[in-house]
Amino acid sequence: MNNSESSGVHGGPLLNEGGPWGGGGSGGGGDEPNPWNQPPRGRPGRGPAGRSAIDELVRRGRARFGGRGGPEPDAGRLLLWGVGGLLLIWVLWTSSHRIDPQQRGVVTRLGSYAKTLGPGMQFTFPSPIDRVTKIDIEDIRVKDIPEGGGTGQNLMLTGDQNIIDLAYSVRWNIRDPELFIYELANPEETVGEVAESAMRAEIARVALNDAMGPQRSQIEQRVQQRMQEILDGYRAGIAVQGVAIKQADPPAAVVEAFKSVSAAQQQAQAYLNEARAYSQQLGAKAEGEAAAFDKVYAEYRLAPEVTRRRMYYETMERVLAKTDKTVVEAPNVVPYIPLAPQQAAKVQQQQ
Amino acid sequence: MNMSDNFASRNVIGLSIGAIFAVVVVSSCFAVVPETKQALVVRFGKPETVYNAYKPNEDFGRTGAGIIAKIPFIDQIVWIDKRVRNFDMERQSVLSTDQLRLEVDAYARYRIIDPLRMSITAGTERRVEEALRPILGSSLRNELGKRPFAALLSPERGAVMDNIQTRLNKVARQYGAQIVDVRIKRADLPDGTPLDSAFNRMRTAREQEARSILAEGRKQAQIITAEADANAAGTYAESFNKDPDFYNFYRAMQSYRVTFGTDGTEAPGSSNVILSPDNEYLREFRGRR
Repeated sequence: MNNSESSGVHGGPLLNEGGPWGGGGSGGGGDEPNPWNQPPRGRPGRGPAGRSAIDELVRRGRARFGGRGGPEPDAGRLLLWGVGGLLLIWVLWTSSHRIDPQQRGVVTRLGSYAKTLGPGMQFTFPSPIDRVTKIDIEDIRVKDIPEGGGTGQNLMLTGDQNIIDLAYSVRWNIRDPELFIYELANPEETVGEVAESAMRAEIARVALNDAMGPQRSQIEQRVQQRMQEILDGYRAGIAVQGVAIKQADPPAAVVEAFKSVSAAQQQAQAYLNEARAYSQQLGAKAEGEAAAFDKVYAEYRLAPEVTRRRMYYETMERVLAKTDKTVVEAPNVVPYIPLAPQQAAKVQQQQ
Repeated sequence: MNMSDNFASRNVIGLSIGAIFAVVVVSSCFAVVPETKQALVVRFGKPETVYNAYKPNEDFGRTGAGIIAKIPFIDQIVWIDKRVRNFDMERQSVLSTDQLRLEVDAYARYRIIDPLRMSITAGTERRVEEALRPILGSSLRNELGKRPFAALLSPERGAVMDNIQTRLNKVARQYGAQIVDVRIKRADLPDGTPLDSAFNRMRTAREQEARSILAEGRKQAQIITAEADANAAGTYAESFNKDPDFYNFYRAMQSYRVTFGTDGTEAPGSSNVILSPDNEYLREFRGRR
């Protein structure tokens, strides 16, 4: 990512590492002693432990490479081999690259884009010449807006000039590693800003109620499209995988009023339920009574007079059997009616 | 032995210094231009060449990036970003034609397309941004200020942004830059009274909605009840109208039973009945006929 660092100045120090090696090589051509073997001799005062380790190393080196050197240690040769070994390791290390399945390796050769490595073990020229930037392209990144998963409100104006509190996240990955590296100064920040701009533009087109409910999935889709268009316009090399509205609520300041609307909806539904219950009950009662009448009437039609009489007597019988009866013979006699105690009290009060 | 030793070491040191010097000189003859930068070579303060200059839609690997030669210690390289860069505008307060205030955050994306011009007129990217930022702010205020508040929220905003971009681009060209995109990031009501009154409007609108929902619910419920009543009446009439006279009798009998509590329910009150011998029930009591 930090390609801005890889300027030409790097060539100096890197090639410089070869300097002492080159010097050592020319110096160590013959079997003359050279300055590099001085330190072990020049430091007699060292502790036995430190000394013995170095001595051991020198001795082994002498036994291996410095056979001709006789008693004088040919440390130059040793150094030559050491530096050569280091260089070899450096070359191997910087020219082989393990690219994981989800990664791509973008190779720049002396600053210029050379190729993109696919997954697997890949080889390039060693480091100062080829540089490899490994990039996760399959890895889907998630950008939350507002940052940090929604502490505080993220207020937006809707098309009907209402305000909505919206939290959403954008999932994206890298489609084109070269574009991603080379085209945008700060791609990750760009994703966030583009998302915010696209979402606000989209929310400004819909009404509050639509944004909170039915049109959420359409909004998500349209924001995704719009983001993709903008990012493609920047040649960002980014693919927007999805936009998810996590929360679309009225602002905290008016949330009570919104609750009262849903309470009203519940209440209205309750009214309707009650009315329907009443309606069913009444209908059933009417049908029942009508059916009962019809049955009796059918019988009545067969023998009207007798049925009528029978019903009359049966009813009177049951009614009068339960009541106190007074039969008054003479038309002029006013009977004494024994009122019940509380009825008597009522009558007295009225008087 | 010691003599040759000293000589050899001097020789090696000399060679090393020589090698280092050679490397420094050689490396200062070359520079590596990365894909993300444009290199302006300046010789004695006079701009000479531009390497890896921006061209639209170019393929990476075939741009001017790579190793370039230069005269050491004489040619200076000015590095200029080739990528799309971003600058944010400070939050602007915009007054719409209907005197509503809106807080607007916008950003612009640009790239340097003429490094030479940019280097002469501004020097660094940062100074280009500093020069463009107030212009973005003022053109945003001007453009948005020509419109009523509602239009700022409408899709017409796209046209507004295009106007601003065109205007900003004219200035940007003078700095060798090209505006890729201008966008409103946020457009909010300012805190305090405007936001509160918007909240208040929302609140009252909801309350109104709640009431009308309740009233509508009541209305529907009444209609359902009335329909039920009507249907029941229809059912009764259809059945009872077959013989009104018999219905009268039938219903009277039912009514007596209920009134005197003989249908199993509790009677509404205790009853005393005073019967005249003329009563229909007692007709046979007298044994007449």
